[in-house]
Amino acid sequence: MIATHALAAAGGNSPSIPAPHIEYGQLSPMLVVFGAALVGILAEAFLPRRLRAATQLGISLAGLVGGFVAVVVLAAQGHASTRAGLLAMGSVAIDGPALFLQGVILLTAVLAVLTYAEGRLEPRINGHRIDAFAAQAAAVPGGEQEREATREGLRTTEIYPLTLFAVGGMLLFPASNDLLTMFVALEVLSLPLYLMCAIARRRRLLSQEAAVKYFLLGAFASAFFLFGTALLYGYAGSLRLGEIADVVSGVAPVTPALAVTTQNDALLLIGLAMVSVGLLFKVGAVPFHSWTPDVYQGAPTPVTGFMAAATKTAAFGALLRLFYVAFPGIRWDWRPVMWGVAILTMVVGSILAVTQQDVKRLLAYSSIAHAGFILTGLIATDRRGVAAVLFYLLAYSFVTLGAFAVVTLVRDSKGEATHLSSWAGLGRRSPLLAAVFALFLLAFAGIPLTSGFTGKFAVFQAAAGGGAAPLVIVGVLSSAIAAFFYIRVIVLMFFSDPQPSGPAVAVPSALTATTIAFGVLVTLGLGLLPQYFLDLATKASIFIR
Amino acid sequence: MNPVNYLYLAALLFTIGASGVVIRRNAIVLFMCVELMLNASNLALVTFSRLHGNLDGQILAFFTMVVAAAEVVVGLAIIVSIFRTRHSASVDDSNLMKL
Repeated sequence: MIATHALAAAGGNSPSIPAPHIEYGQLSPMLVVFGAALVGILAEAFLPRRLRAATQLGISLAGLVGGFVAVVVLAAQGHASTRAGLLAMGSVAIDGPALFLQGVILLTAVLAVLTYAEGRLEPRINGHRIDAFAAQAAAVPGGEQEREATREGLRTTEIYPLTLFAVGGMLLFPASNDLLTMFVALEVLSLPLYLMCAIARRRRLLSQEAAVKYFLLGAFASAFFLFGTALLYGYAGSLRLGEIADVVSGVAPVTPALAVTTQNDALLLIGLAMVSVGLLFKVGAVPFHSWTPDVYQGAPTPVTGFMAAATKTAAFGALLRLFYVAFPGIRWDWRPVMWGVAILTMVVGSILAVTQQDVKRLLAYSSIAHAGFILTGLIATDRRGVAAVLFYLLAYSFVTLGAFAVVTLVRDSKGEATHLSSWAGLGRRSPLLAAVFALFLLAFAGIPLTSGFTGKFAVFQAAAGGGAAPLVIVGVLSSAIAAFFYIRVIVLMFFSDPQPSGPAVAVPSALTATTIAFGVLVTLGLGLLPQYFLDLATKASIFIR
Repeated sequence: MNPVNYLYLAALLFTIGASGVVIRRNAIVLFMCVELMLNASNLALVTFSRLHGNLDGQILAFFTMVVAAAEVVVGLAIIVSIFRTRHSASVDDSNLMKL
């Protein structure tokens, strides 16, 4: 056990610190992704500009697919069930939920990276294909430098290594077994995302504004997370989730220091509350949701899709691990608070979505409401709850990624036409695209035969089984409110006349088409034949301590 | 001196930082307030480390410093880019998006 020497001994006859034992094989999904990110940075530094975009796409896809293969191999070797274990001196846990969520995150990242590389949507400039990201992120919007960079057809290919670093942090986040690792993973996933928000090609002021808001509020939330960590460390004398659980339930051997600090429940409760604030901010739960609509609207749409799907998955994984591994002993203290948060999140998310006039903001509020639905599964505090949350995250990730990919296709001369009024009559102009978007909206609403229904059914069933029936009633009611505005968009697309100066639907290349097709496939697949994936989620639902 | 006093100081610094984030309007000042919150957490971690007689808290304090440095890089890059666009670092001016 590293780092538990008494301070007195450390002063006098300085004991040697043993070299930590690292299980590289089981950590390989993260190592592959981080390795690919480093290769991407080198490519950025040394390759000539014209080769960069294609090379970066190749490196990213190789890294992400390689990571996914590693996850599948680990799961096949039984690291998700019988051989699950604590690695890297107990700071990382590779178990069922960790591997399941890592697989989901890697798959969503693969599809998101495909939408990054889409070069057919914007008109060519001087023969150069351009994408959704700023020609030169450092240039002042509207300035001479920007015009020149645009003329030369520059692209911000740094987006690929940034994404890989964010994905690496996301892989570590649900697997982190101590609060130190969790904090580092939180920052590793957040810092690249702040930058990625700031580099939209169109509407750059909005994009920069979104980045500033996300950054300041995100840093504020992680400061809360850190102070909460300090208080929990003060209470339990350890950062390990398992050891905190032992101290909380009173089975740990009592040292003189613990005898004093465990007297003070304020340390435990305030610490838990502040750590939860940090995590609930990341999942976008009310009352920590105010960044969500602005950031979703301002960020480049491919980044928004990635962020909405993968960040939520990673953050819910960490939230589950925190509550199920470290604090099952005081669930009677945290459950009522989480009840309140879940109810507020579902109701506020659904009601505010009704008033939105912008597609991206609408999807943002819908993601807030979905965070509430997922929280009801977390409150179940049993194995079925974990399985339901895992399944919901799988279903939700692909729907939301597909929906944002569709948003990138509806365009007018100023870029994406995100105002709802310009979506009127889309079903007559482009029936296929409108039908696909309608399918995603129906999945968000939880209509049977889509993945959204199976997911919602699973979390509500788990919550009802866990004694949270009133929560389920609120959940069903807010689903009904939410269904209203999803249906409203569908009606708008199919049953109203198109505007004469309305947007055109761009024809995507195979890249975006693949992402949308996968979204449709998973949405229908999980709706029609969910049993295999429900079983998989159930098998993966045991946290190791 | 009783180490618990350092905890009171940490809580005080954290509160000053948090209220600064809520009250002040300049992005740079907001950012400094967040840094103050992180440093308050460091002080609490080191104090608890002393109380418990193990080194975990001190190690986390080192990690926090590295994270804070990385955050400065990212944060200042974003704030400087928006300042060059608008010639203002006030967060009240950034209001293109409203409910």
